[in-house]
Amino acid sequence: MRRTTTFGLLAVCGLVAGCLGQPQQREQDRNADATEFTLTIVANAVAGGKNSRGANWLRNWVIPRFTELQKAKGVTATIEFEQNGAGDEDYKTKVALDLKTGGGGDVVEIDGIWLGELAQAGQIRPLADVVGNTDWDGWEQIPDAVQGLGEFEGKRYGVPMGTDGRVLFYNKKLFAQAGLPANWQPRGWQDVLDAGAKLKTLPGVTPIQLNAGTAMGEATTMQGVLPVLAGTGKPVYDNGKWQGDSAELKDVLGLYEKIYGGGLGDPVLQQEAKGRDRSFQLFSENRIGVLLEGDYFWRSVVEPRNGVAKMPDRDTAVGWALVPARQPGAGVGGQDFVSMSGGGVRVINPNTRYPRQAWEFLRFLNSAEAVKESLAGTAQLTQRQDVNDEVLEGDPMLTFVAEKVLPITRYRPGLADYPKVSAALQQATADVVAGKSPDEAARAYRAALVRAVGEDNVG
Amino acid sequence: MDSAGLGVRRAAAFVAPALLLIGVFLVFPALWTLYIGITNYQLTGPAAANPRVVGLDNVLNAVRDPLFTNSVWLTALFVLGSAVIGQNVLGFGLAWLLRTVRPSLRRTVEGLVLLSWILPGTVVAYLWFAVLSRDTGTLGMLLGSPQTAWLVQYPMTSLIVFNVWRGTAFSMLLYTSALAAVPPSQLETARLAGASGWQTVRDVVFPHIRGHVLTNTLLISLWTANDFTPFLLTAGGPNHQSEVLPVLIYRQALESGQLGYASAMSLLLLLGNLVIALVYLRLLRRRA
Repeated sequence: MRRTTTFGLLAVCGLVAGCLGQPQQREQDRNADATEFTLTIVANAVAGGKNSRGANWLRNWVIPRFTELQKAKGVTATIEFEQNGAGDEDYKTKVALDLKTGGGGDVVEIDGIWLGELAQAGQIRPLADVVGNTDWDGWEQIPDAVQGLGEFEGKRYGVPMGTDGRVLFYNKKLFAQAGLPANWQPRGWQDVLDAGAKLKTLPGVTPIQLNAGTAMGEATTMQGVLPVLAGTGKPVYDNGKWQGDSAELKDVLGLYEKIYGGGLGDPVLQQEAKGRDRSFQLFSENRIGVLLEGDYFWRSVVEPRNGVAKMPDRDTAVGWALVPARQPGAGVGGQDFVSMSGGGVRVINPNTRYPRQAWEFLRFLNSAEAVKESLAGTAQLTQRQDVNDEVLEGDPMLTFVAEKVLPITRYRPGLADYPKVSAALQQATADVVAGKSPDEAARAYRAALVRAVGEDNVG
Repeated sequence: MDSAGLGVRRAAAFVAPALLLIGVFLVFPALWTLYIGITNYQLTGPAAANPRVVGLDNVLNAVRDPLFTNSVWLTALFVLGSAVIGQNVLGFGLAWLLRTVRPSLRRTVEGLVLLSWILPGTVVAYLWFAVLSRDTGTLGMLLGSPQTAWLVQYPMTSLIVFNVWRGTAFSMLLYTSALAAVPPSQLETARLAGASGWQTVRDVVFPHIRGHVLTNTLLISLWTANDFTPFLLTAGGPNHQSEVLPVLIYRQALESGQLGYASAMSLLLLLGNLVIALVYLRLLRRRA
């Protein structure tokens, strides 16, 4: 009996060590000459649902086309596509768990901002370590700022999938009813609040939607706190420190208080489990006046044919304006207007059985032909300059983003601590929406920040 | 001793597969949870690659964490409101009233109550979402106040009502069979002596079913304390107002990636459950 117990304990210890340990290093040219291989691509896209266009592109164009090209070389390739239709945070959890346990797809689509933490955990590795030689003529076509999305601590981990920019979208029909101009461009926060006050006179209309609260997750940080904070002149991460309960942060929370305490926004919507989806729905039903979003909103939400909240009259009814700084010249770098950008990245799983083939597939996914095909006749800020030059012409909104927004935009700091800081910022806005004063919320934010990243890293 | 005549070796061979399964799926995960509970293990970031043992720091941090204390209080409220009071009283009430009605009516009511118990959690959550949501929710429509977002404005009340509805069937079934054990002659005597309904329940029925009440309360308390369905309805929101312990643990572990911290919290939940179980067992023994 005693021997069994000892053996059992030994087995448990072995399992524990195995579970917490690192996956073993493998050589980069394993199975390089295979005449038959299978690769799996994982994306948060599903046909008929989330990012439907991307899913259809992978299923109906990429996979048959790539298989055909391989066949011409005498290689039997099977590409499997693992579709997901989950919230971004849930998808991230799934990917991290997959990679952690040594599983997951061979090519994985992730949000650029997760790169740092996955890399620090050893769950993804620099591209050159995984596949060896990373020479590719496509790199020249990808602007450096966009390439930065796929880099961490100076090393390249994956190939970016494009970028975006944030603007204020507004409903021109409601603006006309409230006596506001059709070509609106606020020059400071007060201009936005003034427009909100006029919109408030319309029955059943929520004047302003500025994402807040924890239920919206990263959407609160990216389409709320960060662009507003950039308008105070101080980035969230500066000189190696995270911003604490500074005067600038209190200004941001003060703006939230003016909107949600002053009847210009709908506090309940910020706390609902599906609040962001609902805000899209309400905007498309002409019940929200002004909404801060990325160009994703224009391309995939109110898009007349395939959007999740279609607006048949989008082209005439939806206007856009640059996000103003607190007042002219108060933004980061002395700018009058600000924006934040992000984007997805495709990485190769270090545990893949076919690293060379996965890299070939990744290059194919990012070829000019494939990128252009992925747009299916629509426009988007892709990673490739040559494709952008061709496709953005026909779309005034995206041309605006490319010409006016990208030059003034900022990217989030790609650090492993960022998600914790982001969560603390979300909580601070949640507190203000729930009725706490900006000072109180800022104090609680600082305490949470110190807990998350340590006193030394808070400025 | 060896009544089956198997011998130690063969007996061991027979139980080995079962023990192996228990070991792999129960003992090992439990021990592993204990172990990562004393590390700073995370889902991503540097601590995922090289976890460090931090001893009891996680437990101490949890006890000091306002989110945790908030969650303990909400869990207590949830267990007390929906299980100890709600399901118990409603379950007994149904069992008591259904004794004397027509069998067809009894079977119909029992069938409906059972239905709410046997439907899968996700299906039920979706139905309640449709009932309680804003603008087009059934409840708002019926009450003529479609602007009320029940799950946001009254999160804990909604969860308690939901869980009473969901779990009453078990108490009802248990009390139905317990009531069958009360000798009819005693009930008859009480009736002849002119006892009111309440007096009968208190002085005649209750002494017979006291053990059943305690067992039932123990089971439904533990189930409710560990219930994860609130996540499907409110995800702990708004602003942590309905974040019962299982939801908090899930969110800390998988949404914030703090696997070590969440494991320490689940250890505390386990201890809490043990304390509840011990109290009930004490009460049961005192009866005997």
